[in-house]
Amino acid sequence: MQVPASFEYQRAQSVEEALELLGRFGEEARVLAGGHSLLPMMKLRLAGPEVLVDINDLTELDHIDETGGELRVGALTRHRTLLESPLVGRHFPIIHDAERVIADPPVRNRGTIGGSLCQADPSEDLSAVCAALHAVAVIRGADGERGVAMADFHRGPYETAVGAGEMLTEVRFPVRPGSGSAYEKLERKAGDWAVAAAGVALCLEDGRMTHVGVGLAAVGAGGLHAEAVQELLEGREPSPELFEEAGRVASASCSPVTDSRGPADYKRHLAGELTKRALRRAVARAAAPAAAVKEG
Amino acid sequence: MRITVNVNGEDHTREVEARHLLVRFLRDDLELTGTHWGCDTSNCGTCVVLMDGEPVKSCTVLAAMAEGHETRTVEGLADGDRLDPVQQGFIEEHGLQCGFCTPGMMLSGRALLDRNPDPSEDEVREAISGQLCRCTGYLNIVKAIRWAAAHESAGREEAGSQA
Amino acid sequence: MTTVEEPAGPAGPAAEERPIGFGRMKRKEDPRFVRGKGRYVDDVKLPGMLHGAVLRSPFAHARIVSIDTSAAEAHPKVKAVITGETLAGLGLAWMPTLSMDTQAVLATDKVRFQGQEVAFVVAEDHYAARDAIELIDVDYEPLDPVVDARRALDPAAPVIRDDLEGRTDNHIFDWEAGDRAATEEVFSRADVVVEQTMLYPRVHPAPLETCGAVASMDPVDGKLTLWTTTQAPHAHRTLYAMVAGLPEHKIRVISPDIGGGFGNKVGIYPGYVCAVVGSIVTGKPVKWVEDRSENLMSTSFARDYHMNGQIAATRDGRILGVRVKVLADHGAFNSTAQPTKYPAGFFHIFTGSYDIEAAHCEVTGVYTNKAPGGVAYACSFRVTEAVYLIERMVDCLAAELGADPADLRMRNLLQPEQFPYQNKTGWEYDSGDYPACLRKAMDLAGYEELRREQAEKRERGELMGIGLSFFTETVGAGPRKHMDILGLGMADGCELRVHPTGKAVVRLSVQTQGQGHETTFAQIVAEELGIPPEDIDVVHGDTDQTPFGLGTYGSRSTPVSGAAAALVARKVRDKARIIAGAMLEVSPDDLEWTKGRWSVKGDPAMTRTIQEIALAAHGALELPEGVEGHLEATTVYNPPNLTYPFGAYICVVDVDPGTGAVKVRRFIAVDDCGTRINPMIIEGQVHGGLADGVGMALMEFIGFDEDGNCLSGSFMDYLLPTALEVPAWELGHTVTPSPHHPIGAKGIGESATVGSPPAVVNAVLDAIGVRHADMPLTPGRVWQAMRHGQVEAPQ
Repeated sequence: MQVPASFEYQRAQSVEEALELLGRFGEEARVLAGGHSLLPMMKLRLAGPEVLVDINDLTELDHIDETGGELRVGALTRHRTLLESPLVGRHFPIIHDAERVIADPPVRNRGTIGGSLCQADPSEDLSAVCAALHAVAVIRGADGERGVAMADFHRGPYETAVGAGEMLTEVRFPVRPGSGSAYEKLERKAGDWAVAAAGVALCLEDGRMTHVGVGLAAVGAGGLHAEAVQELLEGREPSPELFEEAGRVASASCSPVTDSRGPADYKRHLAGELTKRALRRAVARAAAPAAAVKEG
Repeated sequence: MRITVNVNGEDHTREVEARHLLVRFLRDDLELTGTHWGCDTSNCGTCVVLMDGEPVKSCTVLAAMAEGHETRTVEGLADGDRLDPVQQGFIEEHGLQCGFCTPGMMLSGRALLDRNPDPSEDEVREAISGQLCRCTGYLNIVKAIRWAAAHESAGREEAGSQA
Repeated sequence: MTTVEEPAGPAGPAAEERPIGFGRMKRKEDPRFVRGKGRYVDDVKLPGMLHGAVLRSPFAHARIVSIDTSAAEAHPKVKAVITGETLAGLGLAWMPTLSMDTQAVLATDKVRFQGQEVAFVVAEDHYAARDAIELIDVDYEPLDPVVDARRALDPAAPVIRDDLEGRTDNHIFDWEAGDRAATEEVFSRADVVVEQTMLYPRVHPAPLETCGAVASMDPVDGKLTLWTTTQAPHAHRTLYAMVAGLPEHKIRVISPDIGGGFGNKVGIYPGYVCAVVGSIVTGKPVKWVEDRSENLMSTSFARDYHMNGQIAATRDGRILGVRVKVLADHGAFNSTAQPTKYPAGFFHIFTGSYDIEAAHCEVTGVYTNKAPGGVAYACSFRVTEAVYLIERMVDCLAAELGADPADLRMRNLLQPEQFPYQNKTGWEYDSGDYPACLRKAMDLAGYEELRREQAEKRERGELMGIGLSFFTETVGAGPRKHMDILGLGMADGCELRVHPTGKAVVRLSVQTQGQGHETTFAQIVAEELGIPPEDIDVVHGDTDQTPFGLGTYGSRSTPVSGAAAALVARKVRDKARIIAGAMLEVSPDDLEWTKGRWSVKGDPAMTRTIQEIALAAHGALELPEGVEGHLEATTVYNPPNLTYPFGAYICVVDVDPGTGAVKVRRFIAVDDCGTRINPMIIEGQVHGGLADGVGMALMEFIGFDEDGNCLSGSFMDYLLPTALEVPAWELGHTVTPSPHHPIGAKGIGESATVGSPPAVVNAVLDAIGVRHADMPLTPGRVWQAMRHGQVEAPQ
């Protein structure tokens, strides 16, 4: 079997120690959480960090708390934990939608939200979800911590705002009344990366959509924060015609490429189709939150 | 580096390289060859073992990461000569052919039943969806796990009525 | 004679679960597997064992300018670095393939596909071996590759096999079958001719256990022991003897538990030979087990058949004839595993299950810069391609005529009284009642009701499809006079010994990869001798302990070795009769057999059980003149004809009109494999093959870019179905024993893999109303087909 090249392994016992190690080894070091993106890359010898800083003992980063109008999710929170959290399901059914189709059960037992976001794969589901939810990433370094909006967190494919010597510690989601959200993913088979996916989050206030967030996965970096769709929908009343228009804008605003998952024109079509579907479900959930809880 | 890993209830201390994968540690160092590997990308799931009771893909876990956790492999399923009901279910329902995916499938089945004693067919399919089988077409694996569920619940009812 | 039976329900009463002979019985091999005590090649650990790794070509086609191994050799844990040059010195740089071609063990002149073996490192541990291959520096001069088989014969195409004397193109063979003139005649008078071009794409068997070997050459007695993933241990041993010049009696090939084969483990791969050479060079045992990428990128693929089919019929739906032209992509070396005289395998069976007047086909094989192979993945020697072709053509014809695909098939199926049936390419189908089988599948499916549901859904804009296939397989090769591989006749031996206490051991030449031979073969002997299956040990997979034979592939274990096991048991039974006569002091002619005992005719109290006879055979009993003691026999079974399992499959799918995603909702399979030895095992074989078929139809595909880079080198890109992509299979069966087989069994191993892909494809195309689209029908390809009415062949 394929095996990684040699590296040094450090197991941090606290966030401070992890930051100290990351600071000491700089660019040579990578954070090891679930390991399900990093270790396969290392086995295929596409990644070769000299030092791995294992943060799996940092239980303080494995938490889901509602506080101050926010849901705060520790970076080490496993996919499985998110999927099984009623609190998450109540506020953000989009996260449950996505978690059901992220990788597979054993991988979800290990993989973490922080690892998913920091890998920053353009096909990664939680990036699109967090984009739609206008989440804030909390990044900690030797000099303290800072909050970074998702739009600024994503710097491009496989690039984030997390600098050398820093780590993502928490993701914060604003909790709003009257919210609804949904995630629609098309995959070639269970466990596969998305051919395309769309996440939509919004609130219904007096029959109008507000705080609209739309995130697209696997259709090019430009789709991750689908601002044109958000702007189209913000403040408008939901209607079938508007959803059609949203789909058209989503298709037009993304930049997918042809690959083994499908041709670009198909993915462009999917961006629109899945946006429409997610939008319909998000609105329905916002309109009938009780049903959403039941479903989630 | 020196690590101590608890496997099937026993501590094992070995000197290993940091890059040593848990699956290779189990197979090469402890000679527990019931855990297999079949890919390099954590897709096939033949390497599934339980870590603290939950299925993980041991080809994507460093042996060093297993320190401080309880690992359970197929060799730890039976209680002496007494097979776990999941093992018996695989025999009863012809849930295996070549046997290569079987240990991982049984461990996922065990973990599922530990938290959901009466899973539906869909729930079983979901629970094993991170693992590939090339021989059985899955139906008999689903039946095997549900056989175990039925017999465990019968066993519990019996125990309950005796109490 | 056919009996139509109900589908098997849950296992019967306990007594029926331990049959002495045929019947539903739990597997004897399972207790070790469920305890994790199976023993696969990678589980073999020998004292002092070293570990090998193969360096592979990053290019599809390139000249090797130089190879610098010095840095690898300097690695402190490396024991040997072997290159093509090293092997050339031993005369082992090239090896024969199963199709009488040659294949480089380690490349010397050129590399001819991405992933080709270039160097082999032997090191103290697996990690060091993998590290060291990264230290080898190879200077390549890239050459233009031939990736698309349709361009392989262009005059300007680069010549891939310039190692072959006088070779100026990429042509391998031309082959034809059937009657061209007769076919032209029926086409000339047909009302309707439908033509369709289709590709059966390149797929891979991808057993979960990859291929590997542990080679241990004893430097003192010169004996080589080779634990290896092989479906054909005896054939491998003979080939090693021929290739390496090692004396055959000094080679022991052990095929331990095999983690799935499906044809992937028929051939000899360069890595095996490297492990052997590594052991010879270092004097230590050497283990080499390929990783998943190596498995997908370099070992036997399947299919890659570019087919053009034409079907001729009358306006009222009577099929008159079929003709086919095939371009076969065999990759860089012609290493397909098939009988020597059959370069296109048993593709002859493209005439299918129908009563047609004439047929003709032509197949041309070419080299390309892709991995070698072609026959693997449960294909029954190209029957898979043939069945796909005819079953797609029948659906195309149905579309053209506006006929119901089930009606059209029913109208043209061979009738029971036509058997034995001589098809139009020279093959004799042994037995069958095809209409009963199709009708049964339609009843199980509720076919007419499904069509009503489909019509209603169409009204609402929902896409539901119903697909059928009716296949006839041809399996169980030989006979030996027609069928051999590298000159080795396709006949298989069997040995049976009954111990003094009445327990027995039966030794087979074939090798299970999960098919349950330890149970099935014990049941065959049990049926013939009346010894309980649990008292019969089945020994296989070790050339030192088993008789010669060609192994397990092409669904041949039960048709060939199953017959051998029955016949060797009958030999023992005949001998037991003589001994029983001596015991009872009567003439053997006065005895009659009931299962497990010989008794005096008309006096059942005068009886001796097989166990009593076994003890007497080893005891002090005075035996008749000319009868040797002990109770054992050997045989070699040379099949008089192939066997012809068949089946009717119906697949129901739902297609998402917005995304093209296909959901297989139901799959109904009615198989007829003749006599059913262990229905539980048969059903399991069918289940697995159906999942294969869903996988091939919907997702499995080995693709290449224009430079010949393999795009499907891991399970992230070579997609296999999980439990969520396949339905709960619905099975039924009919039983039409093979008249020429000792127990009437026809074989089942590959039926479902052969028969299911066209059913799935037909269902999807039925749903979307498109005449044809090539596999794999991924959501994107289905969407393209919906949008454009067709879709380009995949690359």
